[in-house]
Amino acid sequence: MTKQTLLTMAAGTALIGGWLVLSGPFAHAQIGDFARQERGRQLAAAGDCVACHTAEDGKPFAGDRPIETPFGIIYSANITPDPETGIGAWTEEQFYRAMHEGIAANGRRLYPAFPYPWFTKVSRADVDDIRAYLRTLEPVRSKARPNEFPWPLNHRIAMAGWNELFFTPGEFQPDKQQSAEWNRGAYLVEGLGHCGACHTPKNMFGSAKADQKYQGGKIQNWFAPSLAGDQRAGLGSWDTEDITRFLKTGRNDRTTAYGPMAEVIKDSTSKMSDEDLHAIATYLKSLPATAPESTEVPDQNVVRAGQAIYADQCSACHQAGGVGVKGLFPSLKGDGIVQSDQPLSLLRIVLNGGHAASISASPNALAMPSFGWKLSDGQIASVATYVRNAWGNKAGAVTSDEVRDLRKSVESAASSY
Amino acid sequence: MSQKLPSVDVLLVGFGWTGAIMAQELTEAGLDVLAIERGSWRETSTDFAPTFIQDELRYRYHGHLFEQTAQETLTFRNTSDQKALPMRRLGSFLPGTGVGGSILHWNGQAWRFLPYDFEIRSQTIARYGQGMVPQDMTLQDWGVTYDELEPYYTRWEELCGIAGQAGNVKGQKQSGGNPFEGRRSKPYPTPPMKQTYGPTLFAEAAGSIGLHPFPCPSANMSQAYTNPLGVSLAPCTYCGFCEKFGCGNYSKASAQTTILPVLMQKKNFALRTESEVTAINVDSSRKRATGVTYVDMHGNEFEQPADLVVVCAYITHNVHLLMTSGIGTTYDPSTGQGTLGKNYCYQITPSVNVFLGDKILNPFVGAGASGMIVDDWNGDNFDHGGLGFIHGGYIAGYVTTGRPIETEFLPEGTPKWGAKWKKAFIENYLTSMSVSLMGAVMPNAANHLDLDPSYRDVYGRPLMRMTYDFKQNELKMQDFTMAKMVDIAKAMKPREIKKSPRGPHYDIEPYQSTHNTGGAIMGATPQQSVVNRYLQHWDVPNLFVVGASAFPHNSGYNPTGTVSALALWAADAIRNQYLKRPAPLVQT
Repeated sequence: MTKQTLLTMAAGTALIGGWLVLSGPFAHAQIGDFARQERGRQLAAAGDCVACHTAEDGKPFAGDRPIETPFGIIYSANITPDPETGIGAWTEEQFYRAMHEGIAANGRRLYPAFPYPWFTKVSRADVDDIRAYLRTLEPVRSKARPNEFPWPLNHRIAMAGWNELFFTPGEFQPDKQQSAEWNRGAYLVEGLGHCGACHTPKNMFGSAKADQKYQGGKIQNWFAPSLAGDQRAGLGSWDTEDITRFLKTGRNDRTTAYGPMAEVIKDSTSKMSDEDLHAIATYLKSLPATAPESTEVPDQNVVRAGQAIYADQCSACHQAGGVGVKGLFPSLKGDGIVQSDQPLSLLRIVLNGGHAASISASPNALAMPSFGWKLSDGQIASVATYVRNAWGNKAGAVTSDEVRDLRKSVESAASSY
Repeated sequence: MSQKLPSVDVLLVGFGWTGAIMAQELTEAGLDVLAIERGSWRETSTDFAPTFIQDELRYRYHGHLFEQTAQETLTFRNTSDQKALPMRRLGSFLPGTGVGGSILHWNGQAWRFLPYDFEIRSQTIARYGQGMVPQDMTLQDWGVTYDELEPYYTRWEELCGIAGQAGNVKGQKQSGGNPFEGRRSKPYPTPPMKQTYGPTLFAEAAGSIGLHPFPCPSANMSQAYTNPLGVSLAPCTYCGFCEKFGCGNYSKASAQTTILPVLMQKKNFALRTESEVTAINVDSSRKRATGVTYVDMHGNEFEQPADLVVVCAYITHNVHLLMTSGIGTTYDPSTGQGTLGKNYCYQITPSVNVFLGDKILNPFVGAGASGMIVDDWNGDNFDHGGLGFIHGGYIAGYVTTGRPIETEFLPEGTPKWGAKWKKAFIENYLTSMSVSLMGAVMPNAANHLDLDPSYRDVYGRPLMRMTYDFKQNELKMQDFTMAKMVDIAKAMKPREIKKSPRGPHYDIEPYQSTHNTGGAIMGATPQQSVVNRYLQHWDVPNLFVVGASAFPHNSGYNPTGTVSALALWAADAIRNQYLKRPAPLVQT
């Protein structure tokens, strides 16, 4: 809190009391804080806090949701204001430190499954507002299960070394060459939105590769597609309106959100203001194209087999020309997920199916059925290779081995719960 | 000992199509609504996905989406002098179960009744005199008119995106539509479906003999459609797996594809599945429902209090639940006293198989409501003077499916199996179709529903007993319309035809249609009906009984449109009249 604000608040004695209560560890919200709390609510939505901090069928923000990481399962923290099991006893300073430096109130280092490498960009005022909002929640007494990390990662001191190598704290610095809207978008994407946590590839230590920002990343057996300017696999062929509508409703005329992105849209972006979504789109559209186009020519026998499978199994919804049905079934023609260098999401959705995002602005509860029980690895590889190279699409062939490996991987993930 | 649960504003018995409509409408009014459904949760991608729904054996013959007679059935006899026996296998009709109910597996033939239907007794007598209504025909007006229901028909069509060609918009005749239909306030929300070769030949033939063919109004989508709730349906792929199947492509209007995506997100709606309501409870005055008793999947019994109870189950279950709960007086055919169980009706569905020989119809390209219709011999669209019957039915040239097990058009004299059967099947599969009648059935004093004296269900309640046979009105009507169907069939210049009449006695074994009606009928007075014009029970004003059980007779059209319009009409009466003054909406 700045000195000036302090002084303003001190102008009214009643408010001084309010401030004292607010800043104490067991504070309860005051009526005059509504504007802050409301800002905080919107910022918390932008940060999608509820997604990781809510267990299936659990109370919102009470934590204990298992988060899959390549290193083991981590259980999210209770961030309701319960003083013992939640963060009710944390001061504003301690909360800011966690967001800004990844260090908890008790001094323990947090794992970067909590995206502090992104949240460090968030301004102090915004962090304080988020805390003000979280303090309005009903305190829930709930302790998260211990993390399932192998040695040496179970020692949090290991994170000191990780931070040394991969983490630079520091709030977002606007680029004066760019518009205010671009800067707002960059602030949200790089900070609270932590888009890069999924959409940027990671190195073997789980840190985002700085030189491949937003070029698409593998996450929980999905491939979060490139957000860069590439025409095929990225957002090059999308306009800002396409991006805004997708984030607001989970679909646009081109595609529909499935998998983890459907959750992000339901819990986070659909609740953001149109201005912020437009700012995000403006920033994303400024990202340059990066990846060279595939020059591979797939085996024509495989393509022919894939074409026949497509006609039998896929064309009823996605249509003979792969164009889908606007607002209902995604177009495969020109689609980024279909043409991504890594076909993981395409294969996964064919194997397991999935539910599209369903929000009040676009309530259709559509779903892709599972084909994993019906089509062999070879058949899925053929049809995937076909759609990646039909109707003007272009991307590398998919092998049966890739399908087999993913099938094993998603089966073992499903059986571990 | 049942456990008593906290009270709710509205309790819905059954969560099929009318349940979904009532839930949507009453939650919009701000009420806390709880639906109790005996079957399971169902949705497109997991229960009838396009990856596995085209399975005739599983769905058509093993009845995967239908009521299981081992759990719930009825006993049947043609006449009161026979002993009724339990229906141990579904046949003539296929009631659904589970979320979405029977609309999940309908064909999607989406009709309005004629203005004549709602005032059938008055209009028949006005045109032909008292003598046209025989003593044993318990014919009555509905207590509501077509003009009153018209806005609700329109809302239903918009909710479901019905595809069709209007014939009468605000009194203006429209070319290509049904010239006999009632006045519509709006055209259909989407254009009619494309017709395949078979219906096209039928329409040409019907037109050539002076009839008025038009496309069947369809709940299979002719194009993508977003309804007023914001829910979208996809264009139909003409796969031909509609009736008896769920649609895997989101292309057929149902609770799942029109209402549930919005309703299930509401905080003031709750659904309990795999729980069966066993009784509607009333207080000691027997003038007020206090709620229901239900049993969950583990056999635990609960008492669920509610301020308003709306019965939304399949028609026979609506009637059965009222009877086993002791609400109302069961109709006695020997005295004519009582109203509950009265005017049970069905339909009569004769057909003419047309073997075209040289014309390839490709019947595997089809949709449940893909077909051309003539309405010239329906309702009172023609002069019945001297014919000895009233009403009629529409004549259809449908090609809804070419499902290989079920689609069997075989000429007269074909053996039932063996090489000759195979040869005939192969020769005729691609080149044959049926001309069929959706024939109206008038109520008869002898046809009724009551409780069986011998057989009981799993909860110890007596089974419903159905006493039903075809009567002179529909048999004469069948003879008349059969001749008309033969005229059309012959105009199609076939190699040969085969007449398939129904009767003379009703047979509950072969599938005909899931168009059972009546038993808890609506009307102008409590002496002649169970519910008033708003589907409110005459004796228990906080009880509404919704569905085709309210039909005082069965018309020559599929019932879903009228079921839906009546549900929306009743919901509107609850919202705008009953909630302001919870009392009888019609004074006696």
